[in-house]
Amino acid sequence: MSLTREEVARVGMLARLRLSPGDLDMFTGQLNQIVDFVATLGELDVTGVEPLAHGVDVRNVFRDDVVGPSLPREAALANAPKKNFEGFLVPAVLD
Amino acid sequence: MDYTIVIGLEVHVQLTTESKMFSSSGTKFGLPPNTQTDPVSLGLPGTLPVMNRKAFELALKTAVALRAEISTFTKWDRKNYYYPDLPKNYQISQYDLPFSRGGRLENPARRDGGGGSGDVRLIRVHLEEDTGKLIHASGGDSEVDLNRAGIPLLEIVTEPDLRSPADAKACLEELRLTLRYLGVSDCEMQEGSLRCDANINLHIPKDGKKYATPIVEIKNLNSFRSVERALAYEADRQYRKWLDDGLTIDQAHKETRGWDEDLGITKPQRTKETAADYRYFPEPDLVPVVVDEAWIARIKQSVGELPGERRRRFETEYGLSAYDANVLVEQGQDVADYFDEAAKKTGEYKLASNWVQQDVLRVVKERKLEIATFPVGPAALADLINRIKRGELNTNQGREVLAKMIDSGESAEAVIEAGGYRMVSDVATIQAAVEAAIAANPKAIEDLKGGKKKPDAVRGFLRGQVMKATGGKADPAKVGEVLEAKLSEILAS
Repeated sequence: MSLTREEVARVGMLARLRLSPGDLDMFTGQLNQIVDFVATLGELDVTGVEPLAHGVDVRNVFRDDVVGPSLPREAALANAPKKNFEGFLVPAVLD
Repeated sequence: MDYTIVIGLEVHVQLTTESKMFSSSGTKFGLPPNTQTDPVSLGLPGTLPVMNRKAFELALKTAVALRAEISTFTKWDRKNYYYPDLPKNYQISQYDLPFSRGGRLENPARRDGGGGSGDVRLIRVHLEEDTGKLIHASGGDSEVDLNRAGIPLLEIVTEPDLRSPADAKACLEELRLTLRYLGVSDCEMQEGSLRCDANINLHIPKDGKKYATPIVEIKNLNSFRSVERALAYEADRQYRKWLDDGLTIDQAHKETRGWDEDLGITKPQRTKETAADYRYFPEPDLVPVVVDEAWIARIKQSVGELPGERRRRFETEYGLSAYDANVLVEQGQDVADYFDEAAKKTGEYKLASNWVQQDVLRVVKERKLEIATFPVGPAALADLINRIKRGELNTNQGREVLAKMIDSGESAEAVIEAGGYRMVSDVATIQAAVEAAIAANPKAIEDLKGGKKKPDAVRGFLRGQVMKATGGKADPAKVGEVLEAKLSEILAS
């Protein structure tokens, strides 16, 4: 399995990364090394093995429906790069 | 315009939990922005989600009631996309192993002409977390409010079984009714606890071939009325567009359009990322859930009578027509409960149905009341109906008494005593009034004898005179009897 430059550009777009042509060349090479390494797993014969849904063999972990305290608004907004008195501010979204 | 409209709905409802799906902050509506968050719902690094048991059980209850197939094994997936209302950049949702598949929703014929197309099949019901909300702020920014982020959300997707905008509205109303009966969501569209997107296209037959128009997903449907209006607009738009460019489903991508309530049109929106673009993968922070038979059995027991079952019971137990049963059920649980109790208390099911539909609901609507706080309770109405049945009051008197009971909040007994409402069934009194009416209207008798006028109209006039003479208190059945006897005497002579 080999990733094309176009596929890497598309993944970059989905991740909102601005990749220069040089970046694309570099990451196409690096990502292909990773994909090829993981592809080693394809050598295993997994006929009859149930697909794994989770790495830990634990099921049904729940909490009760109990309300706890909310964060004070100042604390919730503390790390926002841009904010006003009540909310996070982001570049205008037009829908 | 000879075409078939094909509609499917995608509905999201917030479940009525106290706390969020994966963390403990609250789920109230209408709080000041960003005052109902915690590190998990803010998506802060290093936090871990823990599943709310109540949310999962409410979801199970819904799926059981909708006759869906419950999965014995279900897991969570991350749906990845970048949008400012999603602090983690992924939404915890369900992809390939949702907790339920299939299901059906009844869609009975409704008073406004919608429904009646038979059961609507469901594709799936799955559980996910709600996102935050974007508010337009000043200075070219949008403001993000994360109060809503992480509230448990049920996604219910129908098959494209709906064939008209009215049908789609009826289906959505039936879903709301069902979810309210179940108590799993309050389904307030205005508060966003019920949200609906609609997919629509047309099948147009022409020259022995069938043309399907490209599918459009309509968003921003903020009321039941806008669901119907937007779909009607969109069907017409698609037909005109097809006449213009002839494009079919194979030649154009699915489009997302937003409904503009003020302009009454749909407008193109950003193109939707395809399923593959969401790069779903299993959520490693949550373990799968295994649902066994005992659990499903326990959930089944918690599902009470549903609207469809209630309609059928009203038909079989009370002998109501399907139409009457539906009018009483489709207006919500409170109305059906009210009728149910009144019917049981009188045993006069048909009368109770008529009184609730014609008198109680009319006043409720006119005065914008709630049936739950209607001043005349079901037992008081049953008492009034019983008095009419026993012959203490005629129907018109009953109406007057009810009006006074509504205004004063007093019992039928008190209103009847105070107002002197007693039906006159005494034959001698009625006979005297009949004779007086005949004596006072020789012209009417002549008309009857001469056969000039319509005899029914003349008889009705005389009956009215008798009722008037007795102050509207006479037993109408007895008046009819006595009048008939007297008239046949006169006509025979």
